[in-house]
Amino acid sequence: MGQSAAIGNQPRISQDRTDGSATLQAGGAWVATNSPPLFESLKALSFHKDEPILVDLNRIDRLDTAGAWLLYRTVRDLRAAGHDVEYRGGTEEQMSLIEQATAHDALCLIEPPEPNVAIRMLEDIGASVMRVGGQATASLAFVGLLMETLWRYTSKPQRFRLTATVKQMELIGLNAMPIVGLISFLIGIVIAHQGAYQLRLFGAEIFTVNLVVTAVLREFGILLSAIIIAGRSGSAFTAEIGSMKMNEEIDAMDTLAISPMDTLVVPRFIALVVMMPLLTFYADVVGLLGGGLISWLSLGIEPMQFLERTHDVILGWDLGVGLIKAPIFGALIALIGCYEGLATEGSAESVGHHTTKSVVESIFMIIVLDAFFSIFFTTIGV
Amino acid sequence: MVAEDLERLHRQSPEEARQSTLKDVAIAIRGLEVGFGGSPIIQDLDLDIYRGEVIGIVGGSGTGKSVLMRTVIGLNKAQAGSVWAFGEDFLTLSYFEQRRIEKRWGVLFQQGALFSALTVAQNVQVPMREHIRGMPQELMDEIASMKLSMVGLPPDAAPKLPSELSGGMKKRAGIARAIALDPEILFLDEPTAGLDPIGAAAFDDLIAHLRKTLGLTVVMITHDLDSLVTVCDRIAVLADKRVKLVGTIDDMLESDHPWIREYFHGPRSRAAGVGKR
Repeated sequence: MGQSAAIGNQPRISQDRTDGSATLQAGGAWVATNSPPLFESLKALSFHKDEPILVDLNRIDRLDTAGAWLLYRTVRDLRAAGHDVEYRGGTEEQMSLIEQATAHDALCLIEPPEPNVAIRMLEDIGASVMRVGGQATASLAFVGLLMETLWRYTSKPQRFRLTATVKQMELIGLNAMPIVGLISFLIGIVIAHQGAYQLRLFGAEIFTVNLVVTAVLREFGILLSAIIIAGRSGSAFTAEIGSMKMNEEIDAMDTLAISPMDTLVVPRFIALVVMMPLLTFYADVVGLLGGGLISWLSLGIEPMQFLERTHDVILGWDLGVGLIKAPIFGALIALIGCYEGLATEGSAESVGHHTTKSVVESIFMIIVLDAFFSIFFTTIGV
Repeated sequence: MVAEDLERLHRQSPEEARQSTLKDVAIAIRGLEVGFGGSPIIQDLDLDIYRGEVIGIVGGSGTGKSVLMRTVIGLNKAQAGSVWAFGEDFLTLSYFEQRRIEKRWGVLFQQGALFSALTVAQNVQVPMREHIRGMPQELMDEIASMKLSMVGLPPDAAPKLPSELSGGMKKRAGIARAIALDPEILFLDEPTAGLDPIGAAAFDDLIAHLRKTLGLTVVMITHDLDSLVTVCDRIAVLADKRVKLVGTIDDMLESDHPWIREYFHGPRSRAAGVGKR
């Protein structure tokens, strides 16, 4: 009784039975690439109870560790089932591979075991609480450290790194002008266009100017600049400081008695606090320009008329409300960016993780604070 | 094997080189030139790697050892020359033909280059999962366990993430992944760098053991004189942009090339017991 017979290099296993003993005939290429069909055909084999079995390797022309493992595990299982099994006809190399498989039969866990769902949930909750608590303390400590460093400059101003700060101002402010300008301009256009469309319904097109001025000066100028800067510079802070940390550069600074606060954090912080209001003012102007352009093109409000109207509409505080928020948002982005950078833990994965966190946290905090400011300013009536 | 034999390789026709890789040569490198703009790092380099041997590649920093290895395995582009493997010029093959040849060799990178998001055992399973269609999970688990045991990792290392392992264990896991599909050639980039002497000696033993049991051809870049003496059959010295000398450790000791003299007769080589031979 024989089954399966393929030709050439095809791997094959067949079974012969002569009175009372069985022979397993293995042939062809017993290599890793052929292991799936071999695995299936070996599983399909069946034997009489307790009959002795001979495994004939004579016709195997290629054997690798995967093939040796398949042979070994079959023999091991048959022996465990009470059969008397022996190999026959294997070359020295083939037998040594089977020996390797025998010597290294130690099934191990592939993944760490999954703990019970309830326990895991509790564990997750506990870990999150600990993490949030730890982060709150650490970020408060970071703010404190920054304040202390800034205070020390009052007695030792020579420690302040002017060159680094100016360089950061260029990177954060000057280089961001094209993108901030473009986006503010487009948003100005969108507000004017949408506003005009609605206001035309009751013949109040001229109030488009009020809408544009209030929306751009109070909210959109600052909000857009802050969000762009959080995505552009906040992420860069985290990635730069994070990769320096990964490369042990921060540790090197410490051992050279150079404070990373002085060299890395303060220049970025000061630069952002200074540049944010400037960028916001620039975004305001460009946003109004966009609104004015659309008002002229689609509503026929002449530029001069738009300017006069703007002049009437701005009652002192519109511009101020936007600009007051700017340094605060700037400080926030710098703090979060630098803090997350320093919190990196020395792997590329961690740098990526903290960069994402820095951007998401910054934008979240900006919007929360902005909502708070909006209500606050309305309540006090400015 | 001394300098005139390199001359013989240099004079071989491409057809002779190709024919040689169908017999006792695993990889034949002819007239290889690699550079990244500016002057080439490697120029006119010839080398034969024999089947079943362990060959160590040495050279000062910046002589292009890693560049040579990366070019042979197709990670860097060559400006000129050919790399014959299994009867084909690897560098002129199409992308898919190269993938086919690449399955026949395994590479251990300096830091192990394990996939950080997968556990050690899953790392070993990656080549099987990617290249063998329909391999049962049960069999993959068993074979991964066997390979991890073969490279001397304890079973409790298997479900760990690479970041939880020490440098030596990462390299062992890297080897387990490199031999997952039973390659014919194993490339090792500074396998013992960063290991303590005991760990390095154990790693040398592992390489010798795997080479013997799996019939591997091993190409290793190394600075470790102990490895060169204990596991390498031949040594190829890279200097002046090419293979300056290839031969046994005794050939190295007899050479009068200044760099080779300094390398094999320096204080560190005496500590490794090389000079005494």
